[in-house]
Amino acid sequence: MLRKSLVALCASVISITAWASENPAVHEYMLDNGLKVIVKEDHRAPVVISQVWYKVGSSYEHNGITGVSHVLEHMMFKGTEKHAPGEFSRIISENGGSENAFTGRDYTAYFQQLEKSRLEVSFEMEADRMRNLKLLDEEFAKEVQVVMEERRLRTEDNPKSLTYEQFASTAFVSNPYGNPVIGWMNDLENMNNDDLRKWYEMWYSPNNATLVVVGDVDAEAVYQLAKKYYGVHQRGTVATIKPRIEAPQKGEKRLLVKAPAELPYLMMGYKVPTLTSEGSWEPYALEVLAAVLDGGKGARFEKLLVREKQIAANIGTSYSMAGLHDDLLSFSGTPAQGQTIETLEFAIREQVQRLHHELASEEELARVKAQVVATDVYQRDSIYYQAMQIGILETVGLSWTMLDSYVERIRAITPEQIQTVAKKYLIDDNLTVATLIPQPIDKTTAKRRMSGGAGHGH
Amino acid sequence: MDINSEESEKSKGKRTTQHQGQRETMRQFKYLILGLFPFIFSLASSPLYAAPKIEHWLTDNGARVYFVPAPDLPMIDIQITFDAGSARDEAKKGIAHLTNSLLDEGAGKLNADQIAEQFENLGAEFGTGSYRDMSIMTLRSLTDPALLTPALKLFALTVNQPTFPVESFERNQKQTIIAIQSQLQSPRSMINKAFFKALYGDHPYSAPSLGFEESVTALTREDVIKHYQHYYVAKNAVVAIVGDVNRSAAEAIATQITQGLEAGQAAPTIAPPAALEKGIVINIEHPSTQTHISIGQLGVTRDDPDLFALHVGNHILGGSGLVSRISEEIREKRGLAYSAYSFFSPMRVAGPFMMGLQTRNDQSSDAIEVMFATLKAFIENGATTAELEAAKRNITGGFPLRIASNSKILGFLGNIGFYNLPLDYLDSYNARINAVTLEQIKEAFKRRVHPNKMVTVTVGATPPAVKAATGFE
Repeated sequence: MLRKSLVALCASVISITAWASENPAVHEYMLDNGLKVIVKEDHRAPVVISQVWYKVGSSYEHNGITGVSHVLEHMMFKGTEKHAPGEFSRIISENGGSENAFTGRDYTAYFQQLEKSRLEVSFEMEADRMRNLKLLDEEFAKEVQVVMEERRLRTEDNPKSLTYEQFASTAFVSNPYGNPVIGWMNDLENMNNDDLRKWYEMWYSPNNATLVVVGDVDAEAVYQLAKKYYGVHQRGTVATIKPRIEAPQKGEKRLLVKAPAELPYLMMGYKVPTLTSEGSWEPYALEVLAAVLDGGKGARFEKLLVREKQIAANIGTSYSMAGLHDDLLSFSGTPAQGQTIETLEFAIREQVQRLHHELASEEELARVKAQVVATDVYQRDSIYYQAMQIGILETVGLSWTMLDSYVERIRAITPEQIQTVAKKYLIDDNLTVATLIPQPIDKTTAKRRMSGGAGHGH
Repeated sequence: MDINSEESEKSKGKRTTQHQGQRETMRQFKYLILGLFPFIFSLASSPLYAAPKIEHWLTDNGARVYFVPAPDLPMIDIQITFDAGSARDEAKKGIAHLTNSLLDEGAGKLNADQIAEQFENLGAEFGTGSYRDMSIMTLRSLTDPALLTPALKLFALTVNQPTFPVESFERNQKQTIIAIQSQLQSPRSMINKAFFKALYGDHPYSAPSLGFEESVTALTREDVIKHYQHYYVAKNAVVAIVGDVNRSAAEAIATQITQGLEAGQAAPTIAPPAALEKGIVINIEHPSTQTHISIGQLGVTRDDPDLFALHVGNHILGGSGLVSRISEEIREKRGLAYSAYSFFSPMRVAGPFMMGLQTRNDQSSDAIEVMFATLKAFIENGATTAELEAAKRNITGGFPLRIASNSKILGFLGNIGFYNLPLDYLDSYNARINAVTLEQIKEAFKRRVHPNKMVTVTVGATPPAVKAATGFE
């Protein structure tokens, strides 16, 4: 399915796509201090990935401190009692490892990929920063600037990202998915180190974390190693948060976003449930629905809107069934030459209406299911992806065991069920539509200034 | 692969990446740093783990085949690489990319719908990509014969008998123009374009792979057919196969997917680009909150004798993520940028050496100054013993990670084949990294890297006071 390619950067957007039954066993342990340890042995190559997932992310934040989870994630590399700022990265690097961290709406995660004998290096330092972070003021002052640069790079200077940010914050009123993960600029400008200290105290403890290890390891040995390093910590007091269920939407919402851009851009999102609120078949039906529309070059959007009618230059669909809160099933696209935002929106609405009135064909469902079965095998080419799937599910309060039933549950979805969720959720009163209105980009031609001519060089 | 891979995004089909930055955000811009980082440089062998044994042969019509069996998962990855990137465009800028994007739009008696539906019915994944040096086609399939046999047949059809339907040609031409227009709203795309233009002048690497709006508008279907017939030939092709098949099956597959190609000729050598004779500064005004900065000069070819010294040196300078000197100076010490790096991108003929970052508009002069100061100090004084040891440990110690999946192995088979690297390239890589000395790094940087003859490109709302900050002051 087309969304799988996003995994490295964008795990929350991807569907949990699955495992086949002959999949290697997953071992689950619980330390006395409440840290859950999940180990999946994969002996294809002498490597290992270790990930620590904390149950905290932007959906845990509130107005005024948006972005604090992500800034804290940056600061996790800035030193503990034992390790100086930057030392974590240097030590992993010298061990031939690669490492990074990422913050999503429902999680903050840290990972290292290493040759298998180096796992202990990761455990020692990762366990250390779980409780012993220093949060130095001078480091915070610099790092929050880095994060503001990150925001400029990703959002401020990217018209599509800006549109998405406005779109999400309009669609959601009380559901915290309306807040940007990176935080509003004003909140970043007013953030201080005490905000981070509080946040660290509230959420960084073994009983609010899951350790996921995938690779050429022995599960029992990993468990023992985890006890040795992570087991030293005391159980912490983890904060609780209010449900903040979205206030019912009372009609279609529309917004315009003006930003310097060359091309217009359309986003449409319908409010839909995720597995957290709706544990039955509905999220699976939404997943198949999204694939019927946009699961590849052979699916409806590409075939009809891009190729046959040439209304869209490009079009994308996004739905993530693994989330703490209800979410959007959204479409986004750019009109083809000679087409407009209006014709594109009309064409997408026609496709939505078609789902209301007409059952998806058996051929379409067979195609979606064939892709799911194959993708299930392809994903096992990457230990990173395997660990991601386990980590996301566990961190949003579901279970990795859902991976075992995923393919079967997708295969069980019927055309009638797709129609049912279309009629129930893909309705105008659930819809938000955002349009990017391009503002002129200064067309001043590149000023080519030759400098350093004769006399300047040496 | 080439840098600037975003140029070929369109041909890989749509992706819902538009708002990824909003949904999840990372500490390092991995796709930017590592995505640009030349793949072959990350290969290092370690005494503990041998590189996979590469089998190599020629098909009857002259395609070069590279194969590694991978029996653990019931799947196969195939990549055909043609020496048919945009470096072959000549006056028809964008023809290589457009041709490559049309390969699955019609083949044999099948139309685009049928090809897409049939691949997807089999759970197979078809892909294309076109860069400056190369154009590629890929297939990923399960190895269950009921799926693989028809998937191979279909793949072979797209390689050997594409029909380039008129309506597809016209649609992809229009889509390419939209993709070119969308680059004008991306500072990153704008700076890449301007950097290559300034660095390469009239050389074939100068133009972006997508071409220009005017040049793409002028292309015809006949141009596409001519490009295909000329460059999609067996002697200009490299086939890489990794998966759950044995040697004889791999031989049959390689033959099947190339036998409809003319033998043809390998594409002629490309003339080397001329180095800049003096420093150039180009400021492009764009209404962005950050100024993007790219500084660089010509770098290395894949067979450059200084390759290893420059690679290890660059790893220390700006190639190792957050622990590099550039990242330390720009990000860790001063908080000036989220992403700051340098790289050599080795290509068929000299690819670029580039240093890059993005910073708030009013800080751009400071950032340029720090960048040049960091580079000059490195050229002047070289690396320290501790830095060299750390770099070697990272490169060689990370070897197992770089061959840990079929898709990674496929990537370097493609490069080894395309650039005619020796079959033992991986086996000897570790030793060659470890053989690099401090003196070699210092000497190579001094001889090859010239801060006073670099191009500095900026894209941002306010031009920096570059004159005071450039390397030739």
